[in-house]
Amino acid sequence: MQDQLEQFGEQMLNVVLIICFVTLTISVLLLLIRTFKGPSNADRAVAIDTIGVNMMAITGLVAIQLVTDKLNDVVLLIGILLFIGTIAIAKFIEKGVIIEQNNH
Amino acid sequence: MKQSNDLILRTTTQIIAFMLLGFSVYLFFAGHNAPGGGFIGGLMTSAAIILMYMTYGFEKIEKIIPINFRTLTVTGLLIAVLAGMGSMLFGASFLSHADGYYHLPLIGEKHLATALIFDLGVYLVVVGITLTIILSIATDSEDESNQNVGV
Repeated sequence: MQDQLEQFGEQMLNVVLIICFVTLTISVLLLLIRTFKGPSNADRAVAIDTIGVNMMAITGLVAIQLVTDKLNDVVLLIGILLFIGTIAIAKFIEKGVIIEQNNH
Repeated sequence: MKQSNDLILRTTTQIIAFMLLGFSVYLFFAGHNAPGGGFIGGLMTSAAIILMYMTYGFEKIEKIIPINFRTLTVTGLLIAVLAGMGSMLFGASFLSHADGYYHLPLIGEKHLATALIFDLGVYLVVVGITLTIILSIATDSEDESNQNVGV
């Protein structure tokens, strides 16, 4: 009974993982369309930012699938780089310049 | 240009820049056994420095970090080459490295490798190159104040 339960759990996890991967792939494809078509540059910037968020999710799912904790650092790293990117995009949209000469 | 209200950005930068620098040191020492190493550690350090540049402006951070990043690149390259040639003094071939397990006081048994010296060179090269490229793009204008910043 215990054995069957574990087997069922493993199969269900595999199915859920595949569904998640497919959903994220569709999401990235839609975002790529927005990146290429995007009417304004702000749309493109936000789309690329969201592709990064999907990349974090895919990395987390790969960590679950491979049963490893080595990829947790990678997720944190992508998150930090995305944070810097988001600040840069926000500052560019607001001021038009990212690194100012003189900011009192 | 009118004074902008970026109190949240300034306050979070003070905390997050330190967190990023600490994380970069962790990544630098985690190399060769786990994800990490000189390249990604250098990338994290330059991310922290770029965050400070974005928040406080070019002039202020240049006063705080008075480092010529092009010199840093060359220094890192020199360290990497010398670390590769150091093995030739012991009769081994170029870039071969030694490692071993040592018992250090307070820390315990650690795996130490001479590849760390090569990694330090990679770290300095990555920090120097990344900041040189980004600051050259950011300060790309014909003003007189930009004469000494880069390419």
